[in-house]
Amino acid sequence: MTRKGRRLTLIAMALGVLGIAVALVAVAMRDTIVFFYGPTELAEKSVAPGTRLRIGGLVKMDSITRGEGRSVTFVVTDNNRDVAVSYTGQLPDLFREGQGVVAEGVLIGPAQFRADTVLAKHDETYMPREVADSLKKQGMWQPGDAPVKK
Amino acid sequence: MITEIGHYALVLACALSVTQALVPLWGVWRKDEALMATAQPVAVMQFIFTAVAFAALTHAFVSSDFSLLNVVQNSHSQKPLIYKISGVWGNHEGSMLLWVLILALFGALVAVGSRAMPRDLSAAVLAVQAWVSAAFFIFILLTSNPFLRMAQPPIEGQDLNPILQDPGLAIHPPLLYLGYVGFSITFSFAAAALIVGRIDASWARYVRPWSLIAWIFLTLGIAMGSYWAYYTLGWGGFWFWDPVENASLMPWLAGTALLHTAAVMEKRDALKIWTIFLAILAFSLSLLGTFLVRSGVLTSVHSFANDPARGVFILAILVFFIGGSLALFAWRASSLRQGGIFAPVSREGALVINNLLLTTCCATVFVGTLYPLALEAFTGDKISVGAPFFNLTFGPLFVPLILLMPVGQMLAWKRGDLLGAAQRLVVAASVGLAAALIFSALQGGPVLSVLGVAFAAYLIIGSFVEVWGRITGPGVSLSVAWMRAIGLPRSAWGTAFAHAGLGVSLFGIAAIGWGVEVVHALRSGELVPLGRYELSIGALERRNGPNYDASVVPIDIREGGRVIAHIDPARRFYRARQMPTTEAGIVTLGLGQIYVSLSELNADGSIDARLYWKPYVALIWLGALFMALGGALSLSDRRLRIGVARRAQTVAQPAE
Repeated sequence: MTRKGRRLTLIAMALGVLGIAVALVAVAMRDTIVFFYGPTELAEKSVAPGTRLRIGGLVKMDSITRGEGRSVTFVVTDNNRDVAVSYTGQLPDLFREGQGVVAEGVLIGPAQFRADTVLAKHDETYMPREVADSLKKQGMWQPGDAPVKK
Repeated sequence: MITEIGHYALVLACALSVTQALVPLWGVWRKDEALMATAQPVAVMQFIFTAVAFAALTHAFVSSDFSLLNVVQNSHSQKPLIYKISGVWGNHEGSMLLWVLILALFGALVAVGSRAMPRDLSAAVLAVQAWVSAAFFIFILLTSNPFLRMAQPPIEGQDLNPILQDPGLAIHPPLLYLGYVGFSITFSFAAAALIVGRIDASWARYVRPWSLIAWIFLTLGIAMGSYWAYYTLGWGGFWFWDPVENASLMPWLAGTALLHTAAVMEKRDALKIWTIFLAILAFSLSLLGTFLVRSGVLTSVHSFANDPARGVFILAILVFFIGGSLALFAWRASSLRQGGIFAPVSREGALVINNLLLTTCCATVFVGTLYPLALEAFTGDKISVGAPFFNLTFGPLFVPLILLMPVGQMLAWKRGDLLGAAQRLVVAASVGLAAALIFSALQGGPVLSVLGVAFAAYLIIGSFVEVWGRITGPGVSLSVAWMRAIGLPRSAWGTAFAHAGLGVSLFGIAAIGWGVEVVHALRSGELVPLGRYELSIGALERRNGPNYDASVVPIDIREGGRVIAHIDPARRFYRARQMPTTEAGIVTLGLGQIYVSLSELNADGSIDARLYWKPYVALIWLGALFMALGGALSLSDRRLRIGVARRAQTVAQPAE
């Protein structure tokens, strides 16, 4: 093979691999990415039911109801709008009323959400950042509130 | 007093690093031997002063000196000694101090081991290294000083985050930092080559041990982090494609590519500019990882404090070094003498494909990790890019890599024989096929698991085919084969072990599909079946530790009616931070593990728990150990010793 031929082979190979990678990323971006909304945003965006997404906010006080087996319902709020969440499974250690929570799942109706994953905080000083931001947007955030324990 | 000495030593180390950053470079510029020669002793002194500072902070933690803000925030007098020591780097300030300690350590090691190197090269390397350490010393002193005193010391500290109170904290961060920071040396070598304007095969030989050391530690650090997350988070997963994990995977991929391309440069004097670029890339990704983890851009157990000033400062360091080195690269790379180009079917060609695939994998991880951050910065939309994205992009790109790894080993330099290599791999391919048949018959289950195991078996066997061919043959007796095996270059064994290690890990990952997962409310006295085992649940007990209260459920594991193991899954409540943690009960049976993680106590006295049987799961981390062992074997190869490089060079250049 000539020098030029070798160089061309190399470039063709590089472009080939890169092309495949770009195609894979494009497909994956379309199918696997999940958006995050707070309750108010969710109401404003009019997301179609069946869409997979993450929601986050505070667990509303006195809203946790335990049902059959491990099923549980609770309300996620940003103190402006609420979303009712149903979930079946184990809840994380730090899942509590009045604390920040992020749930991933499917919207089943207006302000009705079926979660398959519930995430809470790692520790007392940590509020999920998405939740903090979404609360800030609603003017409900006081820096001294939850996150910093002196 | 000791604290003040530590603080002062840190300031001195900073001053020394600034000196080391400027004077030797001036010497290189002026071709002044005396100025260049300052680099070595200053680098050693810089390390000594940093070590003094680190020792002072450790002393403050061990003696629970609550006049230090950092100790108050992260320690407690009743904390066990091991966590008092490892707690030194279990917080932002201390972990940055560990970072510069390792940076200075590598600088000092280069200084001590650099006598064989050309003066100007070693001076430039140490100067660049000092630029990096100066930046981080200034960062620590200005924004993250661990030696700040409190005007009114409290009697007791606030304790360390309970999740971090684990032996993993003593091992994982130092290993990972040795890896991350180890790539600073290859970065310094690359920048130095650009500054000096000279690069050749001997340069590759000086760099190779450092990139190997960094790679070994990064491999171990990632594996340790993965195992820690596995047993501590209670979800039984070993890799979450969390941005923090990706931050360590990216430099590993770039570093792996660098190891391979440095081999091409050493043997064939080619791919020089690409090697330089990879060396810059690997450390840039390490810095990016530090930024992502330490700045508070991401929230995770790793981000200790969200002080915006720190994030901006690290971002500035990141921009300065990545931008600076790339500018230097753009300016000087064309002046380096280019190596030749070569046949696609050859060892070099295979290593180019390896690099192509590894860097592309790295790029997909990069996109998946940073795209959400970029999107949020520009549009305000928040998205999460999780495992599905990476499985769909990273997975398909990794498959050809696995298939081609043994092929590459088999090809000769310059001109390879693809057909011959394929023929010699028939055995490996048959073993892979047999593995697929056996496991689909025995376990059935997901197609991906069967395929994964087939690839893994092919890779493990294929990795050793080349070595096997070199030590055996028709009519070779066992003793001759043994002598040949010992006589083989260690780097050949290193390659075989490292490649096989990846196969071993892949086996463990593939076998996840055959696991059993049960969520169950445990009651005292009942028998819970799990796979082929039975778990006999004991009564809830209280067992209190030094700084926590624990509820433990003792469980006997039975097989065929006989008790074969015992586990004590627990929930702990840490008194100082008022925070619960879950301690999974784990026992290794063969290569698989039983994993029990407790959840809440129900009103009726039962306890919700997740019970897992995970066959072959230990292989995931054993594979990483094999990879590291391969790296170590390669490192011990006699031909790679630096002294040999000097001798080779003096032979090659008798005129000088």
